[in-house]
Amino acid sequence: MGYSLDFGWLAGAAGAIARGAATTVLLIAMTTLAGTFLSILGAAGRRNGPLLLKRAIGVYVEVMRNTPFLVQLFFIFFGLPSLGIRLDPILAAMLAMTLNMAAYTIEIVGAGLDAVPRGQTEAALALGLRPRQVFVKIVLPQALKVIYPALTSQIVIMMLESAVVSQIAVRELTYEADMLQARTFRAFETYLVVTLVYLGLSMGLRRLLVGGGRRVLGAGVS
Amino acid sequence: MIEFTFWDIVRNLLLAARWTVLLSLAAFVGGALVGLAVLFFRIAKNKWIKRVASGYIALFQGTPLLMQLFLMFFGLPMLGLRIEPWTAAMLGLTFFASAYLAEIWRSGVDALPRGQWDAGASLGLHYLQELRLIILPQAFAITRAPTVGFLVQLIKSTALTSIIGFEELVRTSNAINNATFEPFTVYGMVALIFFVMCFPLTQYARRLERAATR
Repeated sequence: MGYSLDFGWLAGAAGAIARGAATTVLLIAMTTLAGTFLSILGAAGRRNGPLLLKRAIGVYVEVMRNTPFLVQLFFIFFGLPSLGIRLDPILAAMLAMTLNMAAYTIEIVGAGLDAVPRGQTEAALALGLRPRQVFVKIVLPQALKVIYPALTSQIVIMMLESAVVSQIAVRELTYEADMLQARTFRAFETYLVVTLVYLGLSMGLRRLLVGGGRRVLGAGVS
Repeated sequence: MIEFTFWDIVRNLLLAARWTVLLSLAAFVGGALVGLAVLFFRIAKNKWIKRVASGYIALFQGTPLLMQLFLMFFGLPMLGLRIEPWTAAMLGLTFFASAYLAEIWRSGVDALPRGQWDAGASLGLHYLQELRLIILPQAFAITRAPTVGFLVQLIKSTALTSIIGFEELVRTSNAINNATFEPFTVYGMVALIFFVMCFPLTQYARRLERAATR
């Protein structure tokens, strides 16, 4: 025995941890925006698009939901270059995260769209709105309000899952932790501190999303 | 240099997939046992015990699984335990699963009407009997779909144990890829194997869900 915890290295490492955390936040921010946008298109396409598109979206959702994110990431980062598509680690990470998140949020957004009563669309059409206006102004806001809690959880889950992108050398929080523990030989302490940073990030992100959602979508959003 | 044919790749991946299956099953069984204990604490009458269980669940649901695995892998040796990747992977996934399963089952317990408890009590059952005979069977029954859904998530999560050095499907595929330089085929095959394992379960969960809402 006789192992004692040592956090002496922490003072010199705070900068690296903060930089890593900033990259993680950047990754999840971009993913949230792109993923939500993509899933709105996907969910709308799955309901109103031509048959072939509906099928394609269905297959996409099933494939992404039934394979590990790590394998998708490796496929995109290592596999695509053999097709001539070479991506930066950070771009590959964002692409993989966006595609992964969209597969889950397509179903979530879809459930929201289904929850809006048909009468809403009919009434809006009767008022002379064009179909696209009906979707953007009438149906979508109501759908988003219903699914907002589920969307929030999915974003937090994706943030936690983003730890994996350290494996393709994206310099986010986990990557910085790997570097720090290799330098300080204090693996347990390093990962403990970084785990707590992740815990803080996920709690902060949840609070931010719930607060922001209340402001934008109105009360009743939790 | 050894040449790998396509069938060599497939055979090696399938052999490695055994470990993925074994780890998934072990972690699911272990997670169910520990999760049951966490569930007991989570629905206890004592406020403090309840809070400890909530904290446990929040801790595992609020941190990345990869960090949990690292902490197992580097933390347990400090307690003087000799630890292999298999042990760290197995324990890490067990605790991870226990938190999620406890929370899923807790939602089932909460969904039951108050009258179930009262009826049990009026029959003269004590607390543990009530749980065993009335509450838990119903809670498990109505949460079967999310439980199967979580099993899918757990199978996919085993991929992360490749990072702490457990020789499962993904770690083997990395080694094969390094030897063959055919990432498209190798990772495509790995994705396919995971899909074949997960998709039937996903469909099963969906069927259960449909049966429950009808």
